Amino acid sequence: MAVAEPLAEATALVGLPPPVAGRRSGKARRLRRLAPPLAMAVVVLGGWQLASSSLSGGRQFLLPPPLAVWRVGIFDRQSFDALLPAFGRTAELSVVGLLVAVVLGMASGTVLYRFHWLERASYPYLVALQAIPILAVAPLMAVAFGYTFVTKLIIVVMIAFFPIPTAFLLGLKSVDPGQQDLFRLHRAGWLTRFWKLALPSSLPHLFTGFRISAGLAVVGAVVGEEFFQTGAPGLGMLFQQYLNYVEYDQLYACLLVSCLLGVAFYSLFTVASRRLFGSWHASAHADEPAARRPGR
Amino acid sequence: MSEALLASLPRAAGLGMRGTERSGLSTLSFREVGLVYGDGTAALEGVDLEVAPGELVAVVGPSGCGKSTLLRLASGLLEPTSGAIAVDRDQLGYVFQDATLLPWRTVRANVELLAELHGIGPARRRALAEAAIELVGLRGFERHLPARLSGGMRMRVSLARSLTLDPSVFLFDEPFGALDEITRERLNDELGRLFVERGFAGLFVTHSVQEAVFLSTRVVVMSARPGRIAASFPVPLPLPRQPECRYDPTFTAIAREVSAVLREVS
Repeated sequence: MAVAEPLAEATALVGLPPPVAGRRSGKARRLRRLAPPLAMAVVVLGGWQLASSSLSGGRQFLLPPPLAVWRVGIFDRQSFDALLPAFGRTAELSVVGLLVAVVLGMASGTVLYRFHWLERASYPYLVALQAIPILAVAPLMAVAFGYTFVTKLIIVVMIAFFPIPTAFLLGLKSVDPGQQDLFRLHRAGWLTRFWKLALPSSLPHLFTGFRISAGLAVVGAVVGEEFFQTGAPGLGMLFQQYLNYVEYDQLYACLLVSCLLGVAFYSLFTVASRRLFGSWHASAHADEPAARRPGR
Repeated sequence: MSEALLASLPRAAGLGMRGTERSGLSTLSFREVGLVYGDGTAALEGVDLEVAPGELVAVVGPSGCGKSTLLRLASGLLEPTSGAIAVDRDQLGYVFQDATLLPWRTVRANVELLAELHGIGPARRRALAEAAIELVGLRGFERHLPARLSGGMRMRVSLARSLTLDPSVFLFDEPFGALDEITRERLNDELGRLFVERGFAGLFVTHSVQEAVFLSTRVVVMSARPGRIAASFPVPLPLPRQPECRYDPTFTAIAREVSAVLREVS
């Protein structure tokens, strides 16, 4: 089933080829670009409908048909009034968390790149940090930091952090050796080499990390909210409420909306990366015919 | 690239950074240079080589004989384990096997890079880049990104980049090896004229005997394991060389001799 978990959704999206640069392209090309995902949506919705109607009447509440989710979960006045602010709060939490993860991730990636011994010393622990089961330590953090926004933020950062330094470091270390020779030959200092060579050439890697982290940040936000159940309700808290009241139409709506958040982040980074390095990095033209003419 | 242009443009446009005191100083010399790697492999042994201004020495040899290593040593990217190398490293140009352009920079920004690294201001940098771009015949392509250029054009950009600093010692590491023959011959012509005009000391590594003889004033053949100089042939053909000189009896005779030695040492 497609509506499984935001995480699965996000990772599946990461595997897709990035959308094509559309600056010069007309409507026709944009349509051709959108057609495959739209067709897929039809297939998924159809499958969903089929699966739902194949359930016996007593169990259909487990997987309400898409139309019911739309009518009761989203289009309904009361549901919508609960959903919209919750969406906003979860968006805020994940955006702030993602920003913190980006800043911390890039900073630590830079430091690990600068001091190679530090990389060797701390990398195993980074991996270990990544393996911490967040739900297990969440109660501990609640005791330590209280049931606050900051505690939820820490959970988001812990979940979203890892891909950024990893991808960044990989990018920084994949600089073409010939280009490095060139800079060394002209006695460029570390900072110059970093700023003018390593950083720009690492951007495609870095943005892959961003995109993965963006999906994870949404997961982290929802998990954090669901666990703490305090403050103004975000999607995670709403989710838990609907679960308690067996309002599964609304529950699925909630899920869909959090997926939407992940997709929105992903698209944002895709657009940004196309702006930043779409003109020179092959990944931006991966699914495009090679007929781009030189000149502008 | 027209000859009239070559004669008039470069110094006037400010390409010359040192003025005129070029002769005498800028020799590249290897004295008994050896290089042994950490695992005991001898890469080079007893290399004696002198390249004076106005001399272009071509190095040919079987693959793995240490031709490129010679250039890395000359440039200081590698240190020899024995012997000495004398060269003014501030006056060094190095054209790599790949164009090594920064893909996110336009042609102009790529050509400006070295001046930028040496702390030259934007206005002067720009002037240097414009002149060098003109010199390699890439005018009109200043705003293009490397990905949109052909292999030959990329190599020209790489050449232009080195020219901005007007080096008095020029190292070439098989720069045209990946190009098709027609492009290669054309770039050989242009490099030949550039050499006559600038009078640098050049060390040119190549796999092609034809290219070696056509470009150089002397061809050096290296043998492998450990790399050492096996033979040296002066090329007394007049400069600048015309494309037809490839069919000159002197040319073919030298090429034949070089090939013979090359077969012997391979």
